[in-house]
Amino acid sequence: MKFNRVAVTGMGAMCGLGNNLDEVWANALAGKSGVTTLQNQNTENWPVTFGGEVKNFKLDPELMDPKDQDRFDLFNQYALHCTDEALKQSKLLSAGYAMEKIGVVFGTGLGGFPHIEKNHQIFLEKGARRVSPFFIPSVIPNMPEGLISIKWGFKGINFAVASACASSAHALGIAATEIMLGRQDAMITGGTEAVITGYTIAGFASMKALSKRNEEPSRASRPYDVDRDGFVMGEGAGVIVLENYEKAKARGAKIYAEIVGFGASADAHHFTAPHPEGLGAMICMQQTLDMAGVPKEEVGYINAHGTSTPLGDAAETGAIKKVFGDHAYKLAVSSTKSMTGHLLGAAGGLESIFCIKALETGMLPPTINLDKQDPACDLFYVPNKAEKRDIKYALNNSFGFGGTNSSTLFKKAE
Amino acid sequence: MELQDKVIKLVSEATKMDAANISLNTSFVDDLNLDSLDMVELMMKMEDEFGVEIPEDETENLKSIGDVVTYLKAKSH
Repeated sequence: MKFNRVAVTGMGAMCGLGNNLDEVWANALAGKSGVTTLQNQNTENWPVTFGGEVKNFKLDPELMDPKDQDRFDLFNQYALHCTDEALKQSKLLSAGYAMEKIGVVFGTGLGGFPHIEKNHQIFLEKGARRVSPFFIPSVIPNMPEGLISIKWGFKGINFAVASACASSAHALGIAATEIMLGRQDAMITGGTEAVITGYTIAGFASMKALSKRNEEPSRASRPYDVDRDGFVMGEGAGVIVLENYEKAKARGAKIYAEIVGFGASADAHHFTAPHPEGLGAMICMQQTLDMAGVPKEEVGYINAHGTSTPLGDAAETGAIKKVFGDHAYKLAVSSTKSMTGHLLGAAGGLESIFCIKALETGMLPPTINLDKQDPACDLFYVPNKAEKRDIKYALNNSFGFGGTNSSTLFKKAE
Repeated sequence: MELQDKVIKLVSEATKMDAANISLNTSFVDDLNLDSLDMVELMMKMEDEFGVEIPEDETENLKSIGDVVTYLKAKSH
């Protein structure tokens, strides 16, 4: 069986660095931090009061009726916003594909936590009769896909992937498969997440997973630095339009990159801690290279999972060294979470976009706040300043609680 | 503010429709395009605003602004 090639023809992004792709990318290359003291909510009594929060966001009423905007939790709205941007860039709507050949699959790690928290409060204080009829539709993880299909009429495959912080990387793999197999001509994929609430932060803080650097938020996310003390909550979305390569070419679409491989594995070790030698991550990266049939020496950039946790960054570094051998010291690795915070289930979507933009522009986004590199993390992490480097292949890593791993390999457009 | 105006104001805020286009004759389904979930939410807001309990089987008879005003007036006696 011959598999179809998969082209990236559109992207949409939002996070603490900005509310559209151009802004996000420009700020990432400038090495800016999107992490601030939280402004959108009252954070009294929260153990952690900062994050990579989206600012000044108002969804276009064309994309969702204003009366619904109070009802549908933010992760739905972020998905609509970024899908609109990606669709415009790709001009997919005028491509002439049958609607049943266009699918939507996103990754979402947690879903509508803000509305769960809000309705639970109402349930306790005012009783069952006051729980909103929009509560369930608003919070289920696959509602973004539903709303997008309703808005644009896409009638192909439609569901959500949930694998914690690897969700959207897995979604991308699934979406690419659909096109490779010829079941779909185009896929809207990536991820969306918006769970910066007291409840979620309290949960992650109890696990001692979060940085507590409340006094200097923009310095808190510092992957590979000796003083890293946990991850920083982020939010946002990264949406990618994938198309059957030959069909995209035939319609004259601009192709930004190709997806040529992806892998998925489990650590089978612990429910939250990474395998100390990064065993699952190794399996996953190797599988990705094998699927693509690309020699490891051709990979020029890795957008690492790199969450700024003491264990995770070292384990991933170890895994990269085992998979790439000497070449690990020649390629560039960076963690853009140093700037965006951790978008959880949306991380793989946004960070895949960083890989694609790196291939397109020949510029690698930096790891900021890398002041004193941890000896256990001894690769080249593009410290603090973007790096100009022409690369042919870029790899994205995303790992999640449950010990789940996903990697995706992108190839520069021909 | 008269009861009628209060109801119109509440419906206008909930539906983001201009209050000027809402009158006693305005139908929730035909004019405001509300579905069953919209109606549940709207009735919750009515209950909160007017301090009454509107049993589920009675909401089925409340098809217009006028119906609600009449119902609320009867409840307050």
